[in-house]
Amino acid sequence: MAKSSSTDAVTLIRSLRSAYAATPTNLKIIDLYVVFAIATALIQWIYMGIVGSFPFNSFLSGLLSCVGTAVLAVCLRIQVNKENKEFKDLAPERAFADFVLCNLVLHLVIMNFLG
Amino acid sequence: MPGRGIIILLALIWSSLSICTASVVRPISEAHRSAALELFVPFDGSFGSLEDIYASFRTLEILGLEKTQDVSDVACKSVVDKLGSPSSTTKDLFYALKVNSILRCQTETIKFEEIASKLQTVLKSASCLPDFYYSIGSLLLIKNHGFEVLLSDAAGTFQSIKALSQSDGKWRYDSSSAESSNYAAGMALEALAGVVSIADSEVDKSMIGVVKNDIVKLFDSIKSYSDGTLYFDDKYVHTNDYRSPLEISASVIRGVTAFAEVASGRVNIPGNKVLGVAKLFLSLGVPGTIKDLFHQIEALSCLENNRIYIPLIISLPATVLSLTSQDQLKVDVTSVFGVPAPPLTVKLLQATNSNSDGKPNIENQELYFDQENSIHYLDIASLKVDVGKYNLIFEASLHDPVDEKKYTTGGRTSFSAFFTGSIQIDKAELAILNSDGDSIETIESLDLSKDSSLSLSANHLQTFRLSFQPTTPLGHTFKPHQVFLKLRHETNVEHIFLIESSARQYKLTLDFLGLVEKFYYLSGKYDLELFVGDAIMENSFLRTLGLVELDLPEPPEKAPQAPPQPIDPYLRYGPKEEIRHIFRSPEKRPPKELSLAFFALIFLPLLGFLIGLVRLGVNLKLFPSTPGPVAFSLLFHSGIASVLLLYGLFWLKLDLFTTLKILSFLGIFLVFIGHQTLSRLASTSSKVKSS
Repeated sequence: MAKSSSTDAVTLIRSLRSAYAATPTNLKIIDLYVVFAIATALIQWIYMGIVGSFPFNSFLSGLLSCVGTAVLAVCLRIQVNKENKEFKDLAPERAFADFVLCNLVLHLVIMNFLG
Repeated sequence: MPGRGIIILLALIWSSLSICTASVVRPISEAHRSAALELFVPFDGSFGSLEDIYASFRTLEILGLEKTQDVSDVACKSVVDKLGSPSSTTKDLFYALKVNSILRCQTETIKFEEIASKLQTVLKSASCLPDFYYSIGSLLLIKNHGFEVLLSDAAGTFQSIKALSQSDGKWRYDSSSAESSNYAAGMALEALAGVVSIADSEVDKSMIGVVKNDIVKLFDSIKSYSDGTLYFDDKYVHTNDYRSPLEISASVIRGVTAFAEVASGRVNIPGNKVLGVAKLFLSLGVPGTIKDLFHQIEALSCLENNRIYIPLIISLPATVLSLTSQDQLKVDVTSVFGVPAPPLTVKLLQATNSNSDGKPNIENQELYFDQENSIHYLDIASLKVDVGKYNLIFEASLHDPVDEKKYTTGGRTSFSAFFTGSIQIDKAELAILNSDGDSIETIESLDLSKDSSLSLSANHLQTFRLSFQPTTPLGHTFKPHQVFLKLRHETNVEHIFLIESSARQYKLTLDFLGLVEKFYYLSGKYDLELFVGDAIMENSFLRTLGLVELDLPEPPEKAPQAPPQPIDPYLRYGPKEEIRHIFRSPEKRPPKELSLAFFALIFLPLLGFLIGLVRLGVNLKLFPSTPGPVAFSLLFHSGIASVLLLYGLFWLKLDLFTTLKILSFLGIFLVFIGHQTLSRLASTSSKVKSS
């Protein structure tokens, strides 16, 4: 049983990998961006865990900027993905423009809150 | 026998009523004269109305003081204006004439006969009291100035004024008003006196007699203050109409004395009432305003030479007499202005010590008269009286029986006086007793005429005793008001004890066992000081007796600490203790190395992102190549970059407002550019797709 489960897991990962390879490049860029943002958030979280949350506003603004930008990237990915039937009529450039605008607003607020 | 008891009681009541207790009254003195000169100053450049000017000048005239020339000139000018003007009221004319009679202004141009005839016509049609008062008064003044003035229908005028009187002796201002007042009575009586003076034929004696009765009725309703002075007062409705009892009493006295001058026969007012009113004016001391001073001085000058009774004031120049320096008891009897009285004898009826149960110590002593200084005196030292506070009762009797009808001395007058002397302290001794109460550990006798420096010691089980006997010069027991013993520790902690008196001696017993807590368990040397003092003692003293070394047990844990002793009061001007501020301690910051390490660590994901991009095969193929779109694209990217730069600057040094201002410009620019770029990109990609 264990052997079959481990082989099942390996097969699962392999199939995931091959399926993922089929995604278009621009989606992969967005995915990479999201991973980058989350990793940065994680490092900030670990730092806070070590030194304490003294300038709490700074911690929050840093963390939320990473999380916020990741969320916006995910929204972009949804809108740009051709396989999404809901957003068939939305031009990807339009989605990108939204992404840029929202990011700029987010970062203005973040900069204000950073202190 | 109850009958005898009642008679004695009644006699006591009657005698207490007939004694007038004097407040401090002294005749008019230099203090009044200097006050008059000080108060006679202009207010806002002018001296007020003619009425005020008259009041000031009359005060100075009575007191015999000179007026300054320039003030007289200003006043005279005002007088001449008022007398010459045809529109002046009778009140203005009255006061102008009054001032003129004092100052004797240059009035050659004034036609007094015309004024007199005008006043006569006013008088014929007068119906209210002020009209009568001012017109009659003015006519009288014109007559005194040297002109012929005769009132034709004197009896009629007299009756009209009399008609305004009430049954209680007061007068109304006119026939329609319901309120009567004493002030109006004074005015009316003065007016009636004026009528009698300027009448062309003699006024009927019966009418004068009726008015004399009115005066007696007026004095029946006189009021008295608790110190025995008498005054007149009126009710008032508006505060504008308020007149003080001083003003009202002065008005009544003026009217009554004026009428008594012109009336034949006596006015039956008892002498003690006249004296009571005189004392009212004298007990004011020196008033603070010129108006009050005027009322006081004018009323007293009316009383000084009146035909009813001239008051004679008995007063004591000094009320504290020393037996050691053999002071004499001096008594002054003068008129209200300090003029010496006619020949009389002053008798000290009684002198009672306040603590001798009412039995008089001196009785029926006649005082000797010093001709040169016009003062009556008595040598008390020879009478062998003791020290103390005395109640003295005097009576003055005039030698000439004629004088007794002219003057009044007020019967018996009582005063308080202090006879001081030197008190001797006998049998003073200090003892330390053992705990069994009786056996004496140490005993020392004291000489309290000088400081001593004894040295005793005691422990908390023993008792301290101080005793002494104060005696008067005649050998009686004396109880001083203040008898204290003070114990002061080396650390300046003080304890004060009151020394109680028993039958003959003063004794203080301190049981240290009970006082251990009061002394805060402080052992050590205590300085002893004794205070004995009284108003009657000429030799009140504060003596150091020495010191006592006290041995008290150790304080328990919760014993109260001695209060901190006051520091030298001058130390408050020295430098103060430095204040140490406690700031909020800064938060603990992580060590620098850790922060820098994580700062470096943050760039790792970015690096990973870039590497991943390269691995994915990112390229810039779709970047436009034609110049137009190139420019737009470049501008787009630089726009975004500049916004991010702005954010960086915002974090570093800009404030929100500047940032938003710049951002608004950049934003509009970026939106425009972005729209252009992206729409172009969209159109090219859709073209590619469709093709």
